[in-house]
Amino acid sequence: MSAYSVTAPSRRQQWIAGVLVALYAVITLLPLLWIFTTGFKSPSDAIAYPPKLAFEPTLEGYVNLFTTQTRQTEAYLAENPPESWYEEMVHAKGMVIAGPSRFGERFLNSVIIGFGSTFLSVFLGTLAAYAFSRYRVPLKDDLLFFILSTRMMPPIAVAIPIFLMFRSLGLSDTHAGMILLYTAVNLSLSVWLLKGFMDEIPREYEEAALIDGYTRFQAFRKVVLPQAATGIAATAIFCLIFAWNEYAFAVLLTSGTAQTAPPFIPTIIGVGGQDWPAVAAGATLFLLPVMVFTILLRKHLLRGITFGAVRK
Amino acid sequence: MGETTIERAAKATPPKLARRIRGLSDRAIAWIFVAPTIFLLLAVNIFPLIWTIRLSFTNFRANRPNAEVKWIGLRNYERILTDSDIWLTMQATAHFLFWTIVLQVLLGFALAWFINQKFRGSNFWTTVIVLPMMLSPAVVGNFWTFLYQPQIGLFNYSVAFLTGADPTSFSMIGDTGLAPWAIVIVDTWMWTPFVMLICLAGLRSIPDSIYEAAECDRASKWRQFWTITVPMVLPFLMLAVLFRGIENFKMFDLVVQLTGGGPGNITTLTSIDLKREAFEKWRTGYSSAYAIILFVTVFGLASIYVKALNRVKER
Repeated sequence: MSAYSVTAPSRRQQWIAGVLVALYAVITLLPLLWIFTTGFKSPSDAIAYPPKLAFEPTLEGYVNLFTTQTRQTEAYLAENPPESWYEEMVHAKGMVIAGPSRFGERFLNSVIIGFGSTFLSVFLGTLAAYAFSRYRVPLKDDLLFFILSTRMMPPIAVAIPIFLMFRSLGLSDTHAGMILLYTAVNLSLSVWLLKGFMDEIPREYEEAALIDGYTRFQAFRKVVLPQAATGIAATAIFCLIFAWNEYAFAVLLTSGTAQTAPPFIPTIIGVGGQDWPAVAAGATLFLLPVMVFTILLRKHLLRGITFGAVRK
Repeated sequence: MGETTIERAAKATPPKLARRIRGLSDRAIAWIFVAPTIFLLLAVNIFPLIWTIRLSFTNFRANRPNAEVKWIGLRNYERILTDSDIWLTMQATAHFLFWTIVLQVLLGFALAWFINQKFRGSNFWTTVIVLPMMLSPAVVGNFWTFLYQPQIGLFNYSVAFLTGADPTSFSMIGDTGLAPWAIVIVDTWMWTPFVMLICLAGLRSIPDSIYEAAECDRASKWRQFWTITVPMVLPFLMLAVLFRGIENFKMFDLVVQLTGGGPGNITTLTSIDLKREAFEKWRTGYSSAYAIILFVTVFGLASIYVKALNRVKER
């Protein structure tokens, strides 16, 4: 930006813009900050009026999140002294830990289904994108449009036959079924994003490799893939975030073994109503990885979001 | 420029030999690479769609798989289109769509315009603003019910703090007048960044030279804004509206967790209603017809809109 530019915004303009944007950002961040802090509040602090900004942090919410508890008599508690800090915390309420809660399992399901479907959709997407980018595929434009249009269907509308299909194939409430479903949902995005990235890799590199005696497949693996690595990583993050956040299919098609965290977290109930610190603790653990990814990979992610608009 | 080495080498190599060197033919590789994707999309998207169309002409109920399935023609469609409750859910959806789009466009464009002033730290604040749209709508929506609690909720407390009203005097998700706005607020909070990012891409695509030329012609800043900035960002903005429109027509997770469609049926959007018909009342045939009607509506509206969008782009 040169000092003589007539179009550059003035200092004062920049200052006002900066303050307004920062103000919006702070307001927008408040709910997230509230989730984070509520996770460390005691149940009484969480529902205090007026809402408490300063409080004594406790891990009670996290303990409640990971365990199931039952009430016990004074005599029983006296006979079985607590063996760890978290047992002590639970005993103080007149309860004992009955076992681990289902949160761990549900979180693990989210990880398995998220990574499984991401791997598959990026793998298949890379192959298809390469073919669309480099070869004359018959009916190419029609196929590309078909791939994109599958994205427009409302999930609930597709869920009815998928529910029936999964039931007859024995795929309902299984990891494999959910991985397959999320892969299919993510594929359209994956193919389109990756085709954009592949189009930008100069063909000359591969052609040079072919002349050096590589087969097509070797050229793809050793020349194109390393070049497309950033694009593939960005696409993978998108697919992962979608699968991680998905709720509609998860709540309709899973109930037990393969249930992911999004349908589970809202059902965390404590003694006498929703246990907000435990819900907040679960939400924090669940949302944090996505936030970290977003911050670390902001450039690629932002590019991916505006992709559809920028590429005309 | 003369021939490149590659071109020369390509000419020197006889076609048959070239093919052997490359292993499989290009065509075969292309098909091997594309086939799994097409197959999976057919199996999980197109086949179910066709199945839904077939079911929509029957009285099938998924919770009674052994009952006799009767072909009832267009009866399901007839019943849906004459059902007054469905028109109420359509109204709720229209209210939600209209206000989320208006608010997100205004806020998103303003934010993008401010960020484009390129002040120090604008990248950092952009990242912060984008955070909500990356998160799980169901989990976040569920937590918003806590923020919306009368008295103890942060939202009610903040409103009370700013306006002096009694925080227990209103319940955002318990009041039929306020609940439709409760879902609009959360959706706007979540998705304004999306509109903002697309507007930002639009603003950044305008070359400085246009403004410089306008400056030479002594056009006022106000005039530059309306004759350069707005028309050049418009195609981008319209695209953002299209994406948001389609997404919010399908809206399910966020609103289900926030209000569950209540109080009464005041925030029962079409997707929530469809879910009830299909997976709570188990009227599979009926809800298949419902799904098809929604699907046709989205596609119809979207394609009319895309036509308008293309006209704007051509100008």
